[in-house]
Amino acid sequence: MKLIDKGAEANLYLDKDTIIKERIKKAYRVTELDETLRKSRTKREARLISFARRAGVPTPVIRDIDGNIVKMDFIKGEQVKDVLNRVLKDERKRICEEIGKHAGRLHKNNIIHGDMTTSNMILKGDRIFFIDFGLGEINDTVEAKGVDILVFKKSLRSTHYRFEKECLDAFIKGYSLEYEGYKDVLERLGSIEKRGRYFAKR
Amino acid sequence: MICLGIEGTAEKLGVGIVSMDGEILANVVKHQPLFGGIHPREAAQHHAENIKDVLKEALKKAGLDIKDIELVAFSKGPGMGPCLRVAAISARTISLSNSIPIVGANHCIGHIEIGRLVTGAKDPLTLYVSGGNSQVIAYDSGRYRVFGETLDIAVGNCIDQFARNTGLGNPGGPIVERYAKRGEYLPLPYIVKGMDLSFSGLLTAALKKAKNADIQDVCYSLQETAFSMLVEVTERAVAHTGKDELLLVGGVGINRRLQEMLALMAEEHDVNFYIPGPEVMGDNGAMIAWLGLLMYSSGTRHRLEDTTVIQRYRADEVEVNWR
Repeated sequence: MKLIDKGAEANLYLDKDTIIKERIKKAYRVTELDETLRKSRTKREARLISFARRAGVPTPVIRDIDGNIVKMDFIKGEQVKDVLNRVLKDERKRICEEIGKHAGRLHKNNIIHGDMTTSNMILKGDRIFFIDFGLGEINDTVEAKGVDILVFKKSLRSTHYRFEKECLDAFIKGYSLEYEGYKDVLERLGSIEKRGRYFAKR
Repeated sequence: MICLGIEGTAEKLGVGIVSMDGEILANVVKHQPLFGGIHPREAAQHHAENIKDVLKEALKKAGLDIKDIELVAFSKGPGMGPCLRVAAISARTISLSNSIPIVGANHCIGHIEIGRLVTGAKDPLTLYVSGGNSQVIAYDSGRYRVFGETLDIAVGNCIDQFARNTGLGNPGGPIVERYAKRGEYLPLPYIVKGMDLSFSGLLTAALKKAKNADIQDVCYSLQETAFSMLVEVTERAVAHTGKDELLLVGGVGINRRLQEMLALMAEEHDVNFYIPGPEVMGDNGAMIAWLGLLMYSSGTRHRLEDTTVIQRYRADEVEVNWR
């Protein structure tokens, strides 16, 4: 078993074809809060990952859950974060449209990812896998879906700023193809942004 | 070159004087006595009445005459309109009457740059927490990028409002910190959306809890919850950006518990953690003066027509030409 990554909230170990994700204790958090967060997120992640796959979004298959540890299939690919700025325009658009379709499929089934950034998507071949559902939930409200999209939009602005507009347009195209409630969500997205501190009029 | 900076985005009025080699010659801050929240017009009135004295005191501390000032900078935003305008008008007056150049500086970036100056951090991920702002910011290709921020109210605003509405007093930060020393943990809503956060639901729940729980417990739990959220999104941004330095700035950054929590997180990720001294942590004029110097010396020129204020001036709107 080899430590392959120290993420923000978990250590990732690789054992043959299996990823072992352990949400480790955070020294900065009080014990009660720390334990609640780790347990509930591990459980949620396992549940939502299966729901998402049933909704048609590629996700790793869960092998086992035990306390703060979840074991799942290793997806041998590359983080979309590292891919997106480097590929040609057509491929970039294809990737973002595909991400939009995935988001649409999730929202159609009231699945909120909770951390929809390009760090949490893996490109393998031409398929995009969604991972890291620990902050997710089942929620049918337009508000929750709007915030979910906002997280993605902001990750474009901070990390893929040169292609923010083309990526977002492609995402929305894919999203609206898959989810017929898209209009309400995009409208809400606008009002959530305006609610923020120092929202710039662009 | 010597620059005089005027800070006036909220209840604090600051005049700082900084030289091109980064020496802070004076940094005088005066704030409006608060009995409730900040009233923009009254705060602006306070600034207008006090700017002359604060200016004189700063010059005296620096051992300089107004004629020695070669550049004037002011907080262009973000902030409260009436307050911003007093700072801008004061700066314009100094610029015109002494025939020296003027530049308008972004308040958030001012915090980051003075933090880098005094701590020596080179390219940090910054957690900026105050009464009006809660953001995780890092520099990348010509701009400061906002990786995470509050979706509603700022963390300082959350704590201050809690303290006011429970009768603990003003300003809430230090009072809640004191009460929190002897509390026990009660669950409160913990709301993190990717690298963004939300504090308004936490405030409502804490106020509700304060009605029939021990106030020390609620203060403790409010701090633990709010700060854990902040540290978590900062940690996520560390992993996302791969930066190996962390800088804490803004008035809430004075809180010892928040400092301690961030230090523990930084240690785990092998990140160097920098905390500027309290005199430049909160709003102050030196940060505006220093940013003014950086901008001017790298070619930024503002005509008088460019010196308007922008209440919603975001850090990621500014083209950074000095890095």
